[in-house]
Amino acid sequence: MRTVHPMPDQSTVTPLRPPLVTVDKLTVDMPLGRSGSSVRIVDGVDFSIGVGERVALVGESGSGKSLTARALMRLDRLAKLSGRVDFDGTDLLKLSDRDMGKLRGSSIAMVFQDPMSFLDPLMTIGDQVAETLRIRGIGKAEARKRALAVLDELGVDRAAERLDAYPHEFSGGMRQRVVLAMALVGEPRLLIADEPTTALDVRVQDQVLDLLDDVSTRRGLAVLFITHDLGVVAGFAERVMVMYSGRIVEDGEVASVFAKPSHPYTQGLIKAVPRIDQDLNTLYAIPGAPPPPLARPSGCPFHPRCDQRFERCDKDLPSLLPVGLSRVACHLLDGHQHDGKGA
Amino acid sequence: MLMSIDSISKSYNAFPNPPAKVLHDVTLNVDTGEAIGLVGESGSGKSTIAKCMLALIKPEEGAITYDGIDVIHAKGEDLRRFRREVQMVFQDPYGSLNPRMTVEELIGEGLLIHKLEPTAAARRARVAEMMEMVGLNPNDMDRYTRSFSGGQRQRIAIARALVIRPRILVCDEPVAALDVSVQAQVINLLQDMQKKLNLAIVFVAHDLAVVRHLCEKIVVLHKGKVVEQGTREQIFDNPQMPYTQALLAAVPVPDPVVGRARRAARRLETAN
Repeated sequence: MRTVHPMPDQSTVTPLRPPLVTVDKLTVDMPLGRSGSSVRIVDGVDFSIGVGERVALVGESGSGKSLTARALMRLDRLAKLSGRVDFDGTDLLKLSDRDMGKLRGSSIAMVFQDPMSFLDPLMTIGDQVAETLRIRGIGKAEARKRALAVLDELGVDRAAERLDAYPHEFSGGMRQRVVLAMALVGEPRLLIADEPTTALDVRVQDQVLDLLDDVSTRRGLAVLFITHDLGVVAGFAERVMVMYSGRIVEDGEVASVFAKPSHPYTQGLIKAVPRIDQDLNTLYAIPGAPPPPLARPSGCPFHPRCDQRFERCDKDLPSLLPVGLSRVACHLLDGHQHDGKGA
Repeated sequence: MLMSIDSISKSYNAFPNPPAKVLHDVTLNVDTGEAIGLVGESGSGKSTIAKCMLALIKPEEGAITYDGIDVIHAKGEDLRRFRREVQMVFQDPYGSLNPRMTVEELIGEGLLIHKLEPTAAARRARVAEMMEMVGLNPNDMDRYTRSFSGGQRQRIAIARALVIRPRILVCDEPVAALDVSVQAQVINLLQDMQKKLNLAIVFVAHDLAVVRHLCEKIVVLHKGKVVEQGTREQIFDNPQMPYTQALLAAVPVPDPVVGRARRAARRLETAN
């Protein structure tokens, strides 16, 4: 059943499930050295994630996708955040550091790209997985029992014996399972996964994706999956948000975005990826490169690379507006210009 | 046949453990003008083969022959010709270009070393020609690499390798560090150069979709052994070995309908 929640902005795509997180006009400014000036990396993003929904956040380096996700957990101390991040009725940006700390791990948890640098080489796997619970005052025996249960759930063979093993005794895929176990042991409702499979070989990546898929379904866990790999998005996510130069340019159901991408950047990205199941003579290549945050072009940040630009594009910044069931930030789709152009 | 690699084996020192054998009896050939892809997971030995082909390391057993030169024992003029005719492009265009050299110095360095263009003016003209060929603006010749994006740097690296007219270009993951929207530009450039210059390209990559796009011949490696080799059609449309089949099946497809069907089929198979 769809429950009615106050939505901060009508332009947000209403998820099919009640929203768990609603982000409103989020900006992230990062300081530039010690100069006192800062640069805006995330430039006003709005979105929501439903309970148990799997959303992919796609973008290239510097697009702001990682900082957006990290802002939900307030991980970057130096970042200046503004806007609203509503998690189950609480504005996370207004919480005290202490209260935010309590939320991390128990309500929102995160996994990162490189499992080896995330794990402490001098601590056993069991202690690392149990740590989240121990910090919350749960007794040693109980924490160990729950750590074991999660490792079991994630398909770590002979988990009971391996609680006392060290990270170096594990393969890359197994380490990523341990990192996942650390994130899931506190029973969060939202898991943020920042390129969790990028460093893995394809066969291992595939296993980890299956695992995430199962856990998310079984637990009703919402997942925000950050990636640059459209193949992973297509196989795993229900909804995809495409970021470019600090803003969301397209947000919609995976099936419809891949079948009929609306934003020229999304169209280009999909055409630019070679496919294992197809032969092509020449790949479509988007000209140029993404702009650095300090040198964003005027108007639509994509216009210098866009093959469908017209007069308005270098003057006005397009806002993210509903187009069918999606949201798109492109002047081509504004008002009378709207002709539902697809790839 | 331009280069032949005949049952080479290579071990790395792993003291105090016994040496780790990373290549077992690898045999493959590179023909003039063909693009050949070396694919496999991490630890499969694909980069080690590339280093052997460049004579950066020497295998303990087997032989490598390039156009009549015994690469492993080459000296003097033979070695110089080999070094000129077999060039490389690395993965990381940030780490592989000296930040204190201008683009002209970087691209022209090979011409100086191999004494190919006698005068500074001739070298400069050749550098300009190369820059144009790879899609860079020759007016940027006096700039340093820090002001270039990753994709442009990789173009500089490709121009630097091609300026001395090699016959084989060995590329180790040349697009892995690039953004998705820029990858396609560099892949198209390599394809273009291969055709225009009748260049053989040895392409080392973990991304099988990119390899399918670029390479006519594929060598699949696993744990230092050649599992299977063949044409693009043989490997991708009709793989014979279970390892190749599993590897190909695991590659995600950027299409929700096809991608999900592939994953469902695979999970069913593993369940049985």
